[in-house]
Amino acid sequence: MSGAPVASPRGYAHPADATRAASPSDTIFEARGVSLRFGGVQALTDVGFSIRKGELFSIIGPNGAGKTSMVNCISGRYRPTDGKVFFKGKDITGMTPNHRASLGIGRTFQNLALFGHMTVLDNIMVGRHHLLKNNFFTGSLYWLTGARKEELAHRREVEEIIDFLEIQHVRKATAGTLSYGLRKRVELARAIALKPDLILLDEPMAGMNLEEKEDMARYIVDLNEEFGMTVVMIEHDMGVVMDISHRVIVLEFGKKIAEGTPEEVLADPRVKRAYLGEDDEEDEAVAPPPKQEVA
Amino acid sequence: MANISLIPSGDFKTRYAADTTIFPTKTSRNFAILGVALLLLCPAFMDRYWLNLCIQIGYLGIAALGLNILVGFTGQISIGHAAFFGFGAFSSAWLSNSFGIPVALAIPLAGVMTTGVGMLFGIPAARLKGLYLAIATLAAQYILQDFFSRADWFTGGTAGTIAEPFTLFGYAFDTDESFFYVVLVYVVVMYILATNLMRSRDGRALVAVRDHYLSAEIMGINLTKYRTMSFGISSFYAGIGGALYAHYLQFVSVEGFTILFSIQFLGMIIIGGLGSIMGSLMGTAFMVLLPEVMQAITTALSGTAIDAALNLREAIAFLREMAIGLVIILFLVFEPDGLAHRWKQIKAYWKLYPFSH
Repeated sequence: MSGAPVASPRGYAHPADATRAASPSDTIFEARGVSLRFGGVQALTDVGFSIRKGELFSIIGPNGAGKTSMVNCISGRYRPTDGKVFFKGKDITGMTPNHRASLGIGRTFQNLALFGHMTVLDNIMVGRHHLLKNNFFTGSLYWLTGARKEELAHRREVEEIIDFLEIQHVRKATAGTLSYGLRKRVELARAIALKPDLILLDEPMAGMNLEEKEDMARYIVDLNEEFGMTVVMIEHDMGVVMDISHRVIVLEFGKKIAEGTPEEVLADPRVKRAYLGEDDEEDEAVAPPPKQEVA
Repeated sequence: MANISLIPSGDFKTRYAADTTIFPTKTSRNFAILGVALLLLCPAFMDRYWLNLCIQIGYLGIAALGLNILVGFTGQISIGHAAFFGFGAFSSAWLSNSFGIPVALAIPLAGVMTTGVGMLFGIPAARLKGLYLAIATLAAQYILQDFFSRADWFTGGTAGTIAEPFTLFGYAFDTDESFFYVVLVYVVVMYILATNLMRSRDGRALVAVRDHYLSAEIMGINLTKYRTMSFGISSFYAGIGGALYAHYLQFVSVEGFTILFSIQFLGMIIIGGLGSIMGSLMGTAFMVLLPEVMQAITTALSGTAIDAALNLREAIAFLREMAIGLVIILFLVFEPDGLAHRWKQIKAYWKLYPFSH
């Protein structure tokens, strides 16, 4: 890919676009030769890519291509069978998920994973866990140990997130009683509360109607641009992916088949064949271009 | 109905501090203070028998709260809670008898000792869940029970051990009237501590582990640490409850802390409401008072046809047990959220009358 700034699809240059001539220090995350096996099933094969700071990065691919497995390798749910993952230049391959959260990786889940019996507010406050200092002892003594002051300071910040995602009206509601779209939003709020540098969104728009999708897309773009978070998104809605991503990688059967700007990826014949669907006759006419031979 | 808000309209919170108080409104806080003040007057007009029941509710309620933190809030299971209760009782007696530590200090120290033991037996909890964990805690129950009957140096063996009365500034709280105040102070303090815990960082983490441990881990919560810690906190409360029990009776025998007692603790928190602080106390009161109510009913029925038919005078013992069992089953079926939930609904009904929503 060229080092020249690429105009964002939204029509204005993004800070990340301006730094396209990336030096290695701009890389916030890197996967090197990641493979993942479950017994006889090869979920990922030798996947390598890097994500730049401030980027909105999408992972796409057909069902079962290994997208969620890849995100799980980043967040620490799975440990790659082979290969390494680096975050901010540090090898995090063997790190537990809770440790990664304190380093600055947050995520949402494909299937809702809220704490169903807690209020929305408490759900989001759980996201502050690694930023809060009070423990079972100081917490129990609440007024005497400064725990109260700390909790209130974080409450203020959580309220800002609530304002941003427009969920003020449900802040005292039990999370399990909310509608699907709201729950997805609360989950995003909880991930933002972690103050992550890298936020992983696993199908943030699955099962939403058009209006909710538009809202969610707006939040994701704002996260990226106003909060300065690097976003990794898995999404099936190609319209959204192509509109808001800076760069995209495509997985198929656990292998990376393409990487680049949305336009480049869309134009890639292998992607067309694998994911977007194309007639068999046309397939035969297209020879795989040599530049797609990934390591 | 899940989120009944009983805040009167027009009562707006303008500061976050006002929105995170223990009691949602001033009225509810004042009622709680009034309740405690009324309890302070109890020894003046209650007879020994009722005071004894209140004291029982107090120390069992503290231990039940501990179990509720473990089972209701963290979603673990323990059927060895009585053993930790017993360990607290023996520790406190041992500390004051062997080292001459004043009882007022021995009680919290006994809590700390029990915490250590609880965390030791809680280590499997990091790996085990559900029924498997239940069996692991069953092992704790039997190991500790066996330890009680063998460790003569600690428990006095089968003969049991005496425990000094609670003494503060030379005044011995050795009567029901005076010990009532000791228990009351402990209950209020322990319940406030638990309430604070649940509205701060680690309390939320415990609930997060219960509700969805996978996403709790992604949120930066160390599952092993919090599962073990939950056992520690639960044992601390059990230890304090047990220590109060020891210094109330001034004698601890090894027989009392059986698995049946553990199951009774589970019954208390299920009836009171899993995951509810005040529910623990309500459930304990229910379990302690239920036999009394049954007794009152039999007395009222004596001489009637029902008495003749059931032969109450002789059948009372097992009829009472059966009635308790029946009540627990009915509770599980009709009010799985416990007395605390029922209480909330009563309050809502009262507030919203004559409307239902």
